[in-house]
Amino acid sequence: MNNKLKPRRPLREKHYWEEWTGRIYTSICVVFLIVVMFSIVYFVASKGLSTFFQNGVSLREFLSGKTWNPTGEPAAYGALPFITGSFITTLLAALIASPLSLCAALFMTEIVPGKGKKILQPAIELLSGIPSVVYGFIGLSVIVPLLRSMFGGAGVGIAAGCLVLSVMILPTVTSIMADALSALPKGLRESSYALGATRWQTIYRVIIPTVLPALLTGIVLGMARAFGEALAVQMVIGNAPHVPTSLLESASTLTSVITLSMGNTTMGSVHNNALWSMALVLLVMTFVFVILVRLLERRNRV
Amino acid sequence: MFKKLPFILMTLTFVLVLAACGSKNDAGTEGSNNSTGETATELSGNILAVGSTALQPLVEQAGQKFMAVDEYKNVTVQVQGGGSGTGLTQVSDGQATIGNSDVFAEEKIDDAAKVSELKDHQVAVVAIAPVSNKDAGVQDLTKQQLIDIFSGKITNWKDVGGADQAIVIVNRPSSSGTRATFENFALGTKVEDIQGSIQEDSSGTVKKLVAETPGAIGYLALSYLDDSLQVLKYEGVEATVENVEAGTYPVWAYEHMYTKGDPDAATQAFLDYILSDEIQQNDVTELGYIPVSGMKVKRDAAGTVTQ
Repeated sequence: MNNKLKPRRPLREKHYWEEWTGRIYTSICVVFLIVVMFSIVYFVASKGLSTFFQNGVSLREFLSGKTWNPTGEPAAYGALPFITGSFITTLLAALIASPLSLCAALFMTEIVPGKGKKILQPAIELLSGIPSVVYGFIGLSVIVPLLRSMFGGAGVGIAAGCLVLSVMILPTVTSIMADALSALPKGLRESSYALGATRWQTIYRVIIPTVLPALLTGIVLGMARAFGEALAVQMVIGNAPHVPTSLLESASTLTSVITLSMGNTTMGSVHNNALWSMALVLLVMTFVFVILVRLLERRNRV
Repeated sequence: MFKKLPFILMTLTFVLVLAACGSKNDAGTEGSNNSTGETATELSGNILAVGSTALQPLVEQAGQKFMAVDEYKNVTVQVQGGGSGTGLTQVSDGQATIGNSDVFAEEKIDDAAKVSELKDHQVAVVAIAPVSNKDAGVQDLTKQQLIDIFSGKITNWKDVGGADQAIVIVNRPSSSGTRATFENFALGTKVEDIQGSIQEDSSGTVKKLVAETPGAIGYLALSYLDDSLQVLKYEGVEATVENVEAGTYPVWAYEHMYTKGDPDAATQAFLDYILSDEIQQNDVTELGYIPVSGMKVKRDAAGTVTQ
């Protein structure tokens, strides 16, 4: 700001306005973004917290109650089935997707950097462009019948949900991992080879430990995406409001129960407010994921 | 002097943004009130109908036809989904002109004062039939059998005279209007969600799951029924348009279009148009609803049926 050049030419006026148009434009955008972000947080928090402050549902019941029966007498607002459903599907999806993504990223950057990248990169980017309703429909038409014929039962459930989710988060995780791997300084690999290490030794002794925080960042971002995904999961998970006892049993996630019920309830009713409380839980989890990523990035820099 | 100008501009923009956020959104009803005093040929205004996704196709189709009529060419009809709850909330808050709902407002809104402000216009009837997977081997269920199945007392089809096959319940979420209709008029009681039951909100998904999952049972509006499913008789009565109209088949509900107070001229014209023979005899039946004009029985919000 202070090192502004003192312009001596007649163009002074023009440059001055150029400078300020850019500055005003970006400032407006930044202010707008901040306002939008705080409005969203305020809105979700005020709606979500009114379940506890206005409707008198206890936070303990909400977080640890196993019964979700908002239309019953007496009504019960236990969201534990949805919270566990969300966490189980997210963790399993990350567990399935991470090794696949790591291999794909290594293939693209270390093993066949030229051709591999040319073919695999667009293929993976294509995956991220497929709308989630398509994933959901494929899950419902392919994965659910497959699970049904393999294990019996209805086929819908946590297993179908996390399989669909794992494919959906593959592109996110893979591209972040691949970026991290290709950003490694060349000297690292070359010195490893110079010491007589083979390619595999280089990969798992030198490369992976070096970029581990970045790899974890990729996984965490993938988990954040999985945690927030609604439509595709809702179509295949079954949505029963119970803590599941097996992977093949119908269960719900926070997002699936919100999308399922939000439109059918009137604003201001306890049922509706309880759904907003779940949205608040999702928002808080997003913050947790963002903080995790920040922490990992900090470790990365050191 | 120039140096201060950008800051002034920025502050102005900021104030404008805030002002825009604060202003009440009443675009939906804007202009429509002006037309009340004018002659019918000059009707104009904007009608925003929000709510029930089950009713949405009918209102959309009727809206297109309505706007094509020369007399009403200055009236704009906009239709949005969002669910019955959203429709009732928005019409009650004055954000929408019409709130589409699958259930009586009394069932969704607890505040009696808000309910009394709303005016009910019943435009069609939707009947719901229990359906099962074809392999279940059952054609007819009694009320008690349905209650036992949906409350989890009976878990195998052989107990109701079918194949030896576990029952998979495909339900609607507890907030759904279709589920409320099914519980009120087929079961006569609310049932809790059984562990392991499936819940889907879209009729298409329910149909797909019931058709493909061995031992599945669910319920669907008449317009979704076809050969891929076994349509179950209820107490020996088949779910047909004639039986619903005659009052012998009880599992049906009105589709409501609520307005806040008396509708203005343009909205009244639109509601009249939907109730006209033109729409009732063609579009309503084409889309799988039952014309409200053909019903030989009436039902009020408390569920009392009168001839």
